[in-house]
Amino acid sequence: MSLDFNTPDFEVIRNGNRCIQCKVCVHQCANAVHFYDEEYDVVCVDDSKCVNCHRCVTLCPTKALVIRKYPLEFRENFNWHGKAIKEIYKQSQTGGVLLSSMGNPEPFPIYWDKMLLNASQVTNPSIDPLREPMETKVVIGRKPERLKFDANGKLLTKMPLNIELKVPVMFSAMSYGSISRNAHESLARAAEELGIFYNTGEGGLSKDFYKYGKNTIVQVASGRFGVHKEYLNAGAAIEIKIGQGAKPGIGGHLPGKKVGEDVSATRMIPVGSDAISPAPHHDIYSIEDLRQLIFSLKEATGYKKPVFVKIAAVHNSAAIASGVVRAGADAIVVDGFRGGTGAAPTRVRNNVGIPIELALAAIDQRLREEGIRNYCSLIVAGSIRNSSDVVKAIALGADAVYIGSAAVIALGCHMCHSCSTGKCNWGIATQYPELVKRLNPDIMYKRLVNLISAWNNEIQELLGGMGINAIESLRGNRLMLRGVDLNEKELEVLGIKYAGE
Amino acid sequence: METIDALNVCYYDLNSLIDNSIETDNNDITLKNVFGQRYIGRGLPKKAKLKIYGTPGNDMAAYMDGAEIEVFGNSQDAVGNTMNYGKIVIHGNCGDTLGYAMRGGEIYVEGNVGYRVGIHMKEYKEMKPVIVIGGKAGDFLGEYMAGGVIILLGLNLVKGEDVIGRFCGTGMHGGVIYLNGSPDEYKFGKEIVKSVDVTDEDILFLREHINFYKKMFNKQLDNLKIEVFSKYVAVNKNPYLNMYCTY
Repeated sequence: MSLDFNTPDFEVIRNGNRCIQCKVCVHQCANAVHFYDEEYDVVCVDDSKCVNCHRCVTLCPTKALVIRKYPLEFRENFNWHGKAIKEIYKQSQTGGVLLSSMGNPEPFPIYWDKMLLNASQVTNPSIDPLREPMETKVVIGRKPERLKFDANGKLLTKMPLNIELKVPVMFSAMSYGSISRNAHESLARAAEELGIFYNTGEGGLSKDFYKYGKNTIVQVASGRFGVHKEYLNAGAAIEIKIGQGAKPGIGGHLPGKKVGEDVSATRMIPVGSDAISPAPHHDIYSIEDLRQLIFSLKEATGYKKPVFVKIAAVHNSAAIASGVVRAGADAIVVDGFRGGTGAAPTRVRNNVGIPIELALAAIDQRLREEGIRNYCSLIVAGSIRNSSDVVKAIALGADAVYIGSAAVIALGCHMCHSCSTGKCNWGIATQYPELVKRLNPDIMYKRLVNLISAWNNEIQELLGGMGINAIESLRGNRLMLRGVDLNEKELEVLGIKYAGE
Repeated sequence: METIDALNVCYYDLNSLIDNSIETDNNDITLKNVFGQRYIGRGLPKKAKLKIYGTPGNDMAAYMDGAEIEVFGNSQDAVGNTMNYGKIVIHGNCGDTLGYAMRGGEIYVEGNVGYRVGIHMKEYKEMKPVIVIGGKAGDFLGEYMAGGVIILLGLNLVKGEDVIGRFCGTGMHGGVIYLNGSPDEYKFGKEIVKSVDVTDEDILFLREHINFYKKMFNKQLDNLKIEVFSKYVAVNKNPYLNMYCTY
């Protein structure tokens, strides 16, 4: 074994005047950063293991702890910066493919922050949502070309399968296995209370959660884990996962060490066996094949469930989306390159895919040009951080959004980017029982309810300000957006004007 | 006993007719003139028994949950896709991805099969899927295989022909493949290995399934010697354990 060149990423600073040697930090840290030295009767620290998850800082009763970036600098070099050097140390030591968690952290442009919303002044009145009716309900699924009524005004058109969201926000796919049972339960209960949906991810669904079925979207991915007739019929809709924003073009891999009794039961694989999802579905090599899978799912569920198709935002998303619509999807989900993940190869996460804002604008434009936008709802994901991102997404053409990272942050995630280790101190991305029980679903589901309720109020404020009283009237209304700090090509792709125009 | 003429009936209507028949407890159904209709037998429960004359289309028996299907003819791609329970007997050849992600039940094919057969088959507790193929298989047999059993009898091969194509067992991390003979090593992925540990249980298992094959397809197979079969298993169930370093 050669010398370990790696130096700590973080420094744990313990204020000796405040520390009462209570050992809470020792018990709380699954990474064993804090340890108790019996001989000297003192709590010590090993900085090199710290991932900066703030668990110890938050629970320290005397606020004696601070975590800082490790103050060691390499000689300044814009090209060979510390991160680039450390990655080489890591790979030359282990021979491993670099593995990261959560979304792309690189400084690519965030277009949400370069678009500004409109408001009514003088010529059309703004609306006060606190005292006037305001609708944030959306309906997902195929919409008819036109409606026919008989002489008595009775609807004659047979309405396609639709599902209704009280707020245009859903919890995106996070499998049981990548996140804990308690995290899943929190999402399910919050979705039920909010009148929205959560997504099982590709890890199957525990029978205990079938009771949340009317607020559940069940996912079918290439590994087909836990997919059977009962599962397909357990949810309100089915989502075929083709790709994920954090790792477009590659499959998934839940290591055997995370496949305990419960995860084994929902995935229906033996305990300790790797759960490998192939990169493609091997029954889908074309749009025609995708149609075959969509209709096999519809056949298996008696045409009672809308089928979504989730793709990652990539270079030809608009053309792909057109194919997906024509394949018969009831909703298309597009996941941008900042979408989170439990684990993805770093090089893929940081370098593959395109921003969701550009993909969304291009897809909505293309589907409208082809006259097929009403065939399919458009749901976007890949780092929706707040309610104004939601409103901007809808103005760009989305029907609704999925949130994953924001939802786990509400559950206590501190964005330490270490999900793949399975040692989440907040009980979210872990299967260790002693860590899972730290997340109490009775309490934590309410945080999700709070978050979405707050966003709903903010969405209404923003809508009211624009003089719009129903979110459906905002969809694709790009005149409500103006760009700043964007070049002409970016404005063209986004289909918006520059501020002042 | 219900007989349905499938001539010029589209899959949607055909499958509805099958459902209606089962709902009225007419569970023994014969389909005549089947001509490529998809999804026949999808999700069907244990009581259903289908006899199919003609050529059923893709995704036959997808998500099937206990039914029995006998096909008098060839079948197309993805037979038994994500199948849970049940039994399929095919008097003919089959296309690609037979038994994709199959979790339980048995499939017997009299003749040859295409590419990627048994891909991502898995097993769970008492559920252990079995595929028995009379002839040969195309490339990528048992790719990503995570459980269950594939048996290749290699009957009626032309001289110089192999029972498998290339890349057999690529990414395999569970399950067993029994082959008649031992093909050259270059035909296998790096995640699959020939097992020296052939037990009496293996012999019994093979004999039982070969006997069923003989019975169903009315064959003698006097020259088929179980002793020349080779057993292949995954190198380990965590093939990519050391591939990554967390960062």
